[in-house]
Amino acid sequence: MTPLQACLLISALLFAIGFAGAVTRRHAILVLIGIELMLNAANLNLIAFWRFGAHPEALTGFIFVLFSMAMAGAEAAVGLALIIAIYRHKKTSNLDEVKELKG
Amino acid sequence: MSPFFIITGIVTLLGAAFAMSLRNLVHCALAMAVAFSGIAALYLQLDAQFVGFAEILVYVGAIAILIVFAILLTRSGEAPEKSVLTSGWMAGIAVSAMVFTMLGWAVLNSSAIPKETPPAPVATVKNVGDALMTKFVLPLEIIGLVLTAAMIGAVIVALKEDSQKSKSEDGGQQ
Amino acid sequence: MFDKLDQIFVTALHWLVSFVPEAWRPLASSLICIAFILSVFPAVFSVTTIFERKGIGRIQNRYGPNRVGIPFTKIRLAGFGQFIPDGVKMLTKEDIVPRAADKVVHFLAPVVMLIPVLLAYAVLPFGKNMTITDYDAGLLFFFAVGGAVEVSVFMAGWSSRNKYSLLGAMRAIAQMVSYEIPLILSAVTVVMVVGSLNMNEIIAHQNQYTFGIAHWHVFTPWGLVGFILFFIASLAESNRTPFDLPEAESEIIAGYFTEYSGFKFALFFLGEYLGMFAIIGLGITLFLGGWTSPVSFLTWIPSYVWFFTKLMAIVFVFIWIRATLPRLRMDQLMNFAWKFMLPLALINILVAGIWHYMAADWQRWLVCSAIIFGAYAILGRGLMQNQNFGKRVYRYAE
Repeated sequence: MTPLQACLLISALLFAIGFAGAVTRRHAILVLIGIELMLNAANLNLIAFWRFGAHPEALTGFIFVLFSMAMAGAEAAVGLALIIAIYRHKKTSNLDEVKELKG
Repeated sequence: MSPFFIITGIVTLLGAAFAMSLRNLVHCALAMAVAFSGIAALYLQLDAQFVGFAEILVYVGAIAILIVFAILLTRSGEAPEKSVLTSGWMAGIAVSAMVFTMLGWAVLNSSAIPKETPPAPVATVKNVGDALMTKFVLPLEIIGLVLTAAMIGAVIVALKEDSQKSKSEDGGQQ
Repeated sequence: MFDKLDQIFVTALHWLVSFVPEAWRPLASSLICIAFILSVFPAVFSVTTIFERKGIGRIQNRYGPNRVGIPFTKIRLAGFGQFIPDGVKMLTKEDIVPRAADKVVHFLAPVVMLIPVLLAYAVLPFGKNMTITDYDAGLLFFFAVGGAVEVSVFMAGWSSRNKYSLLGAMRAIAQMVSYEIPLILSAVTVVMVVGSLNMNEIIAHQNQYTFGIAHWHVFTPWGLVGFILFFIASLAESNRTPFDLPEAESEIIAGYFTEYSGFKFALFFLGEYLGMFAIIGLGITLFLGGWTSPVSFLTWIPSYVWFFTKLMAIVFVFIWIRATLPRLRMDQLMNFAWKFMLPLALINILVAGIWHYMAADWQRWLVCSAIIFGAYAILGRGLMQNQNFGKRVYRYAE
């Protein structure tokens, strides 16, 4: 197994774990943690292909990952603000209980 | 693959698995921080120094703290009373197992994976800076706008509805 | 001769490492450097605790500890041996863990505080050629591990299951996160002018002499403002007075380390002071020229002597400020960070850019100083508008 395949397997497993957590757990913040893990898995994938693929001196994968991290930060901030607003309104952060649009 | 790489990979995956399966939310957030540091160590082994340090700065130093603050502000720090799994969790586990199987099969049997390892690329800060200012200057400016919009949006969404300003998590995101 | 004295530690390291077979040399070199840090900086910590207690005592018009010599001997040191019984006391006190505490997280919190702080010493240049790891992005590494300390503060506060600990931890994290931004922005001005994140290159940029005075960054307008902002932000990052609300005894018992006793408290205490030394070391590297001497006729003094002299001088100023200034309240603290220091740091970046692109003569001094002075006056006046200070009235007990 080449180092690239090892990195890609780690990133695939990380993505699967994040996905399993995001669709299985009941609490909204755990879904967000799962989303962050999935984003990190994708970033790891990008860096692995930047390192072991063609033309690493063009730094494309590298810069992509920097922007992806910035977007993940912005999305975490807005997502957590939403969770806090929903908690303030419905007094619960259980996703099974916020399934109605009626407010 | 050096033993160091295998150990880092195992620590990362264990951290992620614990992050998704523990009952206490604060333990999940701390396990997630461990997983992020493991990923940063993996980046450092892949000769991506700047990205590795930025990962610790952004994810462990800011996003983990943000999630912890949100856990405390929504009073989820105590142990939950009922089941922690949503209804239909079996389908979720089955789908994620299928996703991993498919991805793993594609990685191991693909013909697009190059066979030999190229030499380590030179990703000095100067090269990254040059690339950001010449080839990628448009995404740089757009990400500035996106971050400003996200910050203002987060403050407004989390603002209390009476006219007091709440201590929003804008302070946790830099 | 003085060059040999200057490089004595580097030659000692090479000599020690040459005893080891070829394949193990990097590991041996790393272990010797780690041993150096683990022995020198706790010793500096002990000396600092003594100077702090005696210094604060003298400034407050009382003696500090003045009786302890070296125990079991008749050597009298007039209080300078106080760190020995203090160390023994902390190590032998009973380690009490609250019954409801989260045992694993409670145990790991001091460890998680100490490891990033010790990692930060790896990129500081203690002398010429005396950086342990010379990363290309060394400054980013330092700020990254500085951010990891906040996780340990939260772990300590939350795992104690004590509402005062949790409150202290939340305040400490809010303060650390708020002051991290002016800290990083004032370091960004240096990076802009030097053009690199590498610590040795930042020092090389300051290692030039004009009329006998070095080109330290603190001698330029943007550098002076940057140094003052960095200094204030590093007071806040180390939870020192006037920003020690999260851990002040009269406020919240001991904040996030209320429930820690014995060795774990000693680790927190050590971690806090080591963090203080690390961030002062970074400030010295960025603004005060690192290991270079300020005047060109004193360059024969070894570089590590200069580094540690500057470090102890700034530690003395920290102790002086602790003995003199009152504590800021939480909202005053946050207002100061977000409404004064952040705009001033951003304007400082603008001024550093103007400095870099103007020609090197007296005009750029005038323009940069004028912009900084104007910004400071406007921000200061703007923030003071809501406070009406009347004439001071003295009331005596008659």
